[in-house]
Amino acid sequence: MFKIFKYSFFDLIRSTWSLVYLLFFLVITSAILYMSGDLTKAIISMMNVILMLIPLVSTVFGAIYLYNSREFAELLLAQPIKRKSFFLGQYLGLSISLTVSFLIGVGLPFIFWGVIGSKYLSNFLVLMGVGLLLGFIFSLLSYWVALRFENRIKGFGFALFIWLFMSVIYDGIFLLILIWFESYPTENLAIILTLFNPIDLGRVLIMLFLDTSALMGYTGAVFYKFFGALNGILISSMTLFLWIIIPVFFLVRYANKKDF
Amino acid sequence: MRRYLFILVVILYSALLKAEVLKVRLNSSLSSLHIAIKKSHAGDTIWVEAGSYKEPPLLIEHPLTIIGIDYPVIENTKREEIFTIESDSVNIIGLQLQNVDVNYVNDFAAIKVNKQEGCKFENNHILNSFFGIMLKNSSTCIIRNNYIKRNPTEEEDEMSTGNAIHLWYCRDMLIEKNETRNHRDGIYLEFVDRSIVRENLVVDNIRYGLHFMFSDHDQYIANTFRSNGAGVAVMFSKYIIMKNNHFEYNWGSSSYGLLLKDITDSEIIRNYFNTNTTGIYMEGSNRIKIFENIFNQNGWALKIYGSSNENQFSRNNFLNNSFELSVFGRSTTNKYDGNYWSLYTGYDLDKNGIGDVPYRPVKLFSRIIGKIPSSSILMRSLLIDIINFAEKVSPVLTPDYLMDHQPSKKPFVYD
Repeated sequence: MFKIFKYSFFDLIRSTWSLVYLLFFLVITSAILYMSGDLTKAIISMMNVILMLIPLVSTVFGAIYLYNSREFAELLLAQPIKRKSFFLGQYLGLSISLTVSFLIGVGLPFIFWGVIGSKYLSNFLVLMGVGLLLGFIFSLLSYWVALRFENRIKGFGFALFIWLFMSVIYDGIFLLILIWFESYPTENLAIILTLFNPIDLGRVLIMLFLDTSALMGYTGAVFYKFFGALNGILISSMTLFLWIIIPVFFLVRYANKKDF
Repeated sequence: MRRYLFILVVILYSALLKAEVLKVRLNSSLSSLHIAIKKSHAGDTIWVEAGSYKEPPLLIEHPLTIIGIDYPVIENTKREEIFTIESDSVNIIGLQLQNVDVNYVNDFAAIKVNKQEGCKFENNHILNSFFGIMLKNSSTCIIRNNYIKRNPTEEEDEMSTGNAIHLWYCRDMLIEKNETRNHRDGIYLEFVDRSIVRENLVVDNIRYGLHFMFSDHDQYIANTFRSNGAGVAVMFSKYIIMKNNHFEYNWGSSSYGLLLKDITDSEIIRNYFNTNTTGIYMEGSNRIKIFENIFNQNGWALKIYGSSNENQFSRNNFLNNSFELSVFGRSTTNKYDGNYWSLYTGYDLDKNGIGDVPYRPVKLFSRIIGKIPSSSILMRSLLIDIINFAEKVSPVLTPDYLMDHQPSKKPFVYD
């Protein structure tokens, strides 16, 4: 598994796409830092960028990569290699190469601006952690979709739909539910619904660590009480990890019985 | 320099009255302030030299001037009230009064005045006191240049601290250039009419920076209220003028830059609201002119609740607020014309500096939050940006009378 990982990791990290991805983050982070000149504001702006782009790029990139390396996969699967270690190795290569681009692209400008040693370090770390986990989750989802659908168009369509669903449609349904149950106390329901969507969960985690929670009034206080306490942090990081573990389980099970 | 000049004037004045001057000094024949007060006659001056004095309760019953040299430290032996003033025209200048303990039966203060006029309290340091300066039923007093600070403790709550400057049933007062920190309310006024509060610095108080009720015809000019627990709350008053004040960093879920409740016929002009959860919260307030203020980086610049009518907002700058305006209730008589809104994106074809498209400061999402508070968890999500944009392009749900018909294209510059 490690060999496969190494191989696909170096294959990906040398590709133009990773470089473009890295440069994109470098440019946009430096631009935001330069324009706002203020670490908190830059973190908020980067939050919007990260919550939208990382899932999107991971999704598209993951699907492209898997479809392109199909021949390679068929070749290797003819060798005496466990399917599990091949697919997991390739998945790790994919997600870690994306993550490395992200970490360097966003991290370097922030470090250059002196985020280490400032009091915003914890906010910054939460931001990076959320970006990292979102990268892992969405490349995993697209990887699974690409494996599932032989037809590239269908696969891409479905992967993009997952992204659209998670970042927009889910929130729409969320809002409708809150409107339907307007006359009931919906704070706990809102917390549960947030836990089920990694993008929302990431957003709420970042916002609670910033000062924005004060804008949410009573609701913010309820959320803060939940997410700010040890239990809340444990539960939310556990759900984020579940978003990796459960799809990995399904991925491995599916990869084991798939005909090539 | 001014202090010496003032002392000179006081000396000349007292010489003119042939009043006596007593000097209190440690290790001398007159080493205690309370004996000096007993010996003194009306109009005398007592000089207190530097040192630490433990005194029994100091009751002043005739006009007297007490001047400290290099801030002599004065404490009550039982850590209770230090000065109780029961006479007109008492001046207390340049003392350091400290350590008045919390008491749930009596409101002990460093200086307490009851039913007097013409007093003056200047250049004092009041440290770690329950109440700082407390005046009741008094008039024409001056409270100037005092530094009033409590030591912050672990369990800070509203009940175990007093107000720094506390006025009750007073009129024609001047509160000027004081600095108050870590008390319950920085400046508390109840039933105080025709008074001026000017150039004070009020920081880090547990409850309100400025808290006044039932106080009419007052002026609040060039004060700074920063990082107070709940900001500034003003209630049940008429004919108030607030000018050139700074309301800053009052951040928290129940914190307001300026909370107006039942305020009428008042003017709020050229104030600076910076980084407050809510810039101005308004409820039941009528006929207020809110002109030429700057609202910068607040969560909500304005929250207008029901039964606020005929208020005018004009020539204000709204810069980078998360929400510019939230309106609850159906009042249609407030005017929002002629402001600068940094979120305005209209055009100006005739180049007259006024946007040709009316601006709607109420975002759809701020209405949704108003109705369903728990939806605030969706703040800053992509969906919210999309529905706000859709609503901006073709308004359906936001009320159509809430408009700035003449939005400025450029921020106003006030001289």
